[in-house]
Amino acid sequence: MKPTVIIVACLSILFSSHTLSATLRMAFDADPISLDPHEQLSEGTLQFSHLAFDPLLRWQQNGTFEARLATHWQAITPSTTRFFLRQGVTFHSGNPLTSADVVYTINRLKRSADFRAMFDTIQSAKIIDDYTFDVTSAKPNPLILNIMTYVFPMDKAFYQGKDEIVKYGETFASRHVSGTGPFILKKRELGSRMEFTRNPNYWDTASPGNVDTLISTPIHTDATRLAALLSGDVDFIFPISPIDIQRTQRTTGIQLVTMPSTRILLLHMNQTRRKEFRDVRVRKAINLAINQSLIVDKILRGYATPAGQLSPNRFLGHVADLQPEYDLQKARQLMKEAGYEQGFRISMMAPNNRYTNDEKVAQAVAAMLAKINIKADLKTLPKAQYFKEFDDRSADMMMLGWQSDTMDSNNLFEFIIACADAKTGLGAYNASEFCNPSITDDIRQANQELNPERRLRLLQGIERTLYQESAVVPLYWQFLTWAAKDKVNIQDVINDRNYPYIGDLIIEE
Amino acid sequence: MLAFLLRRLIQACFVLIVISLISFAIQDKLGDPVRQMVGMTTTPEVREQLRDELGLNDGFITQYTRFAKNALTGDFGTSYYYKEPTIDVILKKLPATFELAFCAILLVICIATPFGVITAIHPKHLVSRLIMLVSSIGLSIPIFIIAIFMVYVFSIQWNLAPSFGRGETTLLFGFWESGLFTKDGLSHLLLPSLSLAIALIPIFVRLIRSEMSEVLQSEYIRFAWSKGLSAPRIYFFHALKNTMLPIITIGGIQAGTLVAYTILTETIFQWPGMGFLFMDAVSRVDTPLISAYLMVVGGMFVVMNTFVDLIYGLVNPTVRLASHGL
Repeated sequence: MKPTVIIVACLSILFSSHTLSATLRMAFDADPISLDPHEQLSEGTLQFSHLAFDPLLRWQQNGTFEARLATHWQAITPSTTRFFLRQGVTFHSGNPLTSADVVYTINRLKRSADFRAMFDTIQSAKIIDDYTFDVTSAKPNPLILNIMTYVFPMDKAFYQGKDEIVKYGETFASRHVSGTGPFILKKRELGSRMEFTRNPNYWDTASPGNVDTLISTPIHTDATRLAALLSGDVDFIFPISPIDIQRTQRTTGIQLVTMPSTRILLLHMNQTRRKEFRDVRVRKAINLAINQSLIVDKILRGYATPAGQLSPNRFLGHVADLQPEYDLQKARQLMKEAGYEQGFRISMMAPNNRYTNDEKVAQAVAAMLAKINIKADLKTLPKAQYFKEFDDRSADMMMLGWQSDTMDSNNLFEFIIACADAKTGLGAYNASEFCNPSITDDIRQANQELNPERRLRLLQGIERTLYQESAVVPLYWQFLTWAAKDKVNIQDVINDRNYPYIGDLIIEE
Repeated sequence: MLAFLLRRLIQACFVLIVISLISFAIQDKLGDPVRQMVGMTTTPEVREQLRDELGLNDGFITQYTRFAKNALTGDFGTSYYYKEPTIDVILKKLPATFELAFCAILLVICIATPFGVITAIHPKHLVSRLIMLVSSIGLSIPIFIIAIFMVYVFSIQWNLAPSFGRGETTLLFGFWESGLFTKDGLSHLLLPSLSLAIALIPIFVRLIRSEMSEVLQSEYIRFAWSKGLSAPRIYFFHALKNTMLPIITIGGIQAGTLVAYTILTETIFQWPGMGFLFMDAVSRVDTPLISAYLMVVGGMFVVMNTFVDLIYGLVNPTVRLASHGL
């Protein structure tokens, strides 16, 4: 596949444009595995949810919330928030939206294996009247609104009684859909095509969107996807491989839009497997020997931000002065002090089709480690096999990419560096097997700290501890890259979560 | 004849059993299907529970026996992703692949036969040399390069044909989704079938040429010349007919290559056929679908080889199946 990408990149220069109607044909790399919005917490499912359903509230590009089906909300006690629902909204089935639908949806989310991790923090949802409901958390919950962005009210009357969530079998909800969203699903050919038409009764009459027909085709191969855009067979694609970015930019009639995402790429150094990694000097040396800026410049062509910590700058825990450091001299010195001047051999694993250029990044890291005499035996695997190995902690050094579902630092800490606990899922991705009980305590505390000032201090404190301990090797925050025909105003509807709000998309005539 | 078919049937069963065993043995290496079903934040506990429910924690023997029992009743498992019986999923994608392969073979026959004959009749002619040169280049270029090149030239540069997908289809006999009867469907078929044909043409040109030139040396052709038969009748009736026998054999063997090539072509052109389905199933660790696909393809090989042997007898009556050691 790699050579194909290069060739299309080298070849694709010209493009002749088609006339546009308000039909949008989009080709992304993933598609929802099911029409049930609660079956899998994945990018594909959430992209679909934003088409056929509406959230209570959603993120805007500037990082603030926008009221959608909830018009406003207020905290009535530290753990209870009252939401006021938009009136006059109907589902695709014609049923009106009321509080009962929302409460039903929240209870269903609590049953979903995938969404449970987030919704376990919510104790109950209570109907006050048709357009008012209360959401109560088990403890004071600073992230209640962040979590509510995942509530896409489902049509209770439509689904009830046949709403089981099954991962490996056909269910009513996996084949039928009734939401309030801007688009109504017309046709679906699993794995190859979805067709939507605009919801004529859509509540958001102020929306400038003019897409009447939406055809979504997942294309997995980078070269095919780009060729489809360049030949005019589709209008809007995601993602663009870094190597194709320049060519795409140079093509007339095509626009490329990039945006920093909050996904952090990092390396785990397994302290259970290797006694060397238990020495903070060795971990520090590794951090110093890896040149994040060079990786970003050369391999990702600048389409990433070098990272010296886990939290991206829009997260509360971000500490501005924690910058990635590269100092080979100092790294060698530290290795010498730790008694490993001669270095040692480690095993290393990375995926080769999960993150942008993941394999090349891993190779670069291995080469950089060689400079301080650490010989990394690198093995890269397709994602399907990689995460099994990751769960088994099969290598001394392993790559991971993580995007916080709640758009909050604490989610990163909970999954990546908290002490592992199979029951709660804490530390599920802590392949460092690094365990600092005080950090785990701070994480727990930050989960119920309502005072932003104190919460900021807690999260930044964790970030600083991680830096001092060199617990992991942060690499970079990935960029997202979309491309579309010039007439498709994608820059207004995209966001750093990659859930384009196609309902508001304008295609110029 | 009947005994021959019966023997073949037994062989087919044996082949399928071996394939199913192998596909089961490698399943563990393909990855964790549960991982594909859940999001990143699902707890290890829930995932373990799912594995239990799916029976993935049972031993090899238990899993295989369960599969074999179901297979005997015609149930080859349910796809994790499509949530339908695997055989149904595969059969639904079969028309797309079949039409692609059919058009490619048609192109191969129409192009390779005249070229092969020309180069055999006039081996020293400039045109023949040119054909041979191009065919050796063709032999050494991998199919994905050809495909990408075609996409670049025909769809990006000249906008003559769509770059991916199957286009509009019509339903035939209630089950066969055909792209052969709409303009849109045919235009989508153009590039994939052409790339597939280009990958196969060179070897057939060379094959026909060498067989034909051998036949042209033989006694009965010389006799035909001295008898005063017309050149076209000698070349295209007497010589070509006898050239076809080995070609059919190789063609039968090449059918296997064709399956492999369709996987590549379908992936590049996002052609919704069996090959694309298979690649997709591998990346999604849809193990029931992978096993079923391998068995279907294995079965197709046996059927294809049986056909080749039968055609053998038709083309050359001196070949008797019984004496073929089959």
